[in-house]
Amino acid sequence: MRKETKIMSNYCIIGNGTAAVGCIEGIRSVDQEGQITVISKENHKVYSRPLISYLLEGKTDVERMKYRKDDFYESEKCVFLPGTSAVKIDKEGKTVETDKGEKIPFDKVCVATGSSPFVPPFEGLDQVEKKFSFMTLDDALSLKDALTPDSKVLIIGAGLIGLKCAEGIKDLVKEITVCDLADRILSSILDSECAAIMQKHLEENGIKFMLSDSAVKFEKNKAYMKSGAEVDFDVLVLAIGVRANISLIKDIEGEVNRGIVVNTKMETSVKDIYAVGDCAEGYDSSIGGNRVLAILPNAYMQGFTAGVNMAGGDKEFTNAIPMNSIGFYGLHIMTAGNYDGECFEEKRDGVLKRFFVKDNKLIGYMLIGETDRAGVYTSMIREQIPLDTVDFELLKKVATTFAFSSENRRKKFGGVV
Amino acid sequence: MKRVYVNEEWCLGCHLCEYNCAFANSGLSDMAEALKGKQIYPRIHVEGDEKISYGVSCRHCEDPMCVKSCIAGAISKVDGVVQIDRSKCVGCLTCVLVCPYGALAPSKEGTMQKCELCLKNSCGEPACVIGCPNKAIVYEERD
Repeated sequence: MRKETKIMSNYCIIGNGTAAVGCIEGIRSVDQEGQITVISKENHKVYSRPLISYLLEGKTDVERMKYRKDDFYESEKCVFLPGTSAVKIDKEGKTVETDKGEKIPFDKVCVATGSSPFVPPFEGLDQVEKKFSFMTLDDALSLKDALTPDSKVLIIGAGLIGLKCAEGIKDLVKEITVCDLADRILSSILDSECAAIMQKHLEENGIKFMLSDSAVKFEKNKAYMKSGAEVDFDVLVLAIGVRANISLIKDIEGEVNRGIVVNTKMETSVKDIYAVGDCAEGYDSSIGGNRVLAILPNAYMQGFTAGVNMAGGDKEFTNAIPMNSIGFYGLHIMTAGNYDGECFEEKRDGVLKRFFVKDNKLIGYMLIGETDRAGVYTSMIREQIPLDTVDFELLKKVATTFAFSSENRRKKFGGVV
Repeated sequence: MKRVYVNEEWCLGCHLCEYNCAFANSGLSDMAEALKGKQIYPRIHVEGDEKISYGVSCRHCEDPMCVKSCIAGAISKVDGVVQIDRSKCVGCLTCVLVCPYGALAPSKEGTMQKCELCLKNSCGEPACVIGCPNKAIVYEERD
């Protein structure tokens, strides 16, 4: 009898965030033996990045921020290379070259390099002594070190990152001003009316805003604004936006756009190379096309999908949609899908819900003030449930599976799902 | 594995499951002390109207969205049971955003909670099932 020897696969993952963990767990759901090498630019084991504002707020600590247990890399049989950057992928020789001169061989490689803060070339920015981004644990720790109870903080960018930062440091400083070129806060997920509600709530909690305005020039501790106003500050936080880290694939002429273009299996245009998470531009079923969906659930699910496929399984991720849950000082917002449809509104004291409908389907929503069981709505978007099969009038008032057909409910609650 | 299933034809809408759940997870041995005059935070809730009702609790999905979506890595699936490490939860509600059943809700403290089948409390098996007067909630193995 001939004895067959199985050749062990070599997997390499560039990056060490949520998408990378998804990829590791995806690979291990199929292949328990192959070698996995994880190249991590940050000198930390994987942690929950979106928690950095909660860390400064004192709602968590570095220990509890660990996204996986301490022995994660050992138990998943990974070679973990912290403090190491990938500088080049050799697609013919099938190696990843690191900044330490190592060449790591791979059969399949997954690029999970995330994104980097985008900082436009402000005049005089180099004169600002205490300036920070707010993306990583190290960013958060160094920002915290720079703050004093007398600090006046200027945050450029009223998006999710800028505002979470503001909330996180509010009690550590004297004053926070947030400016944004957009005419409203959270402009990527909220319309004007919803944004105004949240802005008022943030203002009541002591955050100042300068909207439709931004810094054009800095002088040490002063910002000169587009409107002509001047803002004195000692700490500056730059939260203008992010750019996907695509260079490893761009350099080898793989298809890139705003992110690394991937199909629903997370394959890039280059054979045996996958891309996942904030650096990838994958299929968004809410628009029927590709775009970067820089949200944590998407990162994990893309990573897991890639992992399964890298290990020889067959998995597609076809129902990704944008979705966000974000709260400030106890007021929560949830949004999902897109808003390019007929709007149905439900409004009562302290609650505003907007539902967007197109072609007999719920395609998006914005909820502010009441978010209980909102996943019922999210599932309607993801599963594209026809609205004429549900009690939409009831759903507008309250998110409940009772609005579904009894057959649908029987499936959900009477069997394994 | 064994899961909790509901039969809406048999549910009386009495809400006893909610009280039994809150009591089982209270850590107290006296029901009156645990519940009387207090707002309860059960991990199962009854939905429906006067005619049809049913209890909703975690389905312990094969492919749980909450586990994959938790920004704190606080939700995991161990031996088939989806569970929350509440010390890691920051209350961002992303699990509420993604759960198709509406099975997660904040606890009294603000961190999230969900049905963990009473495997870790003194009840040892689902209190909602044991206490259901019409056997509308069962705990059994199904395909």
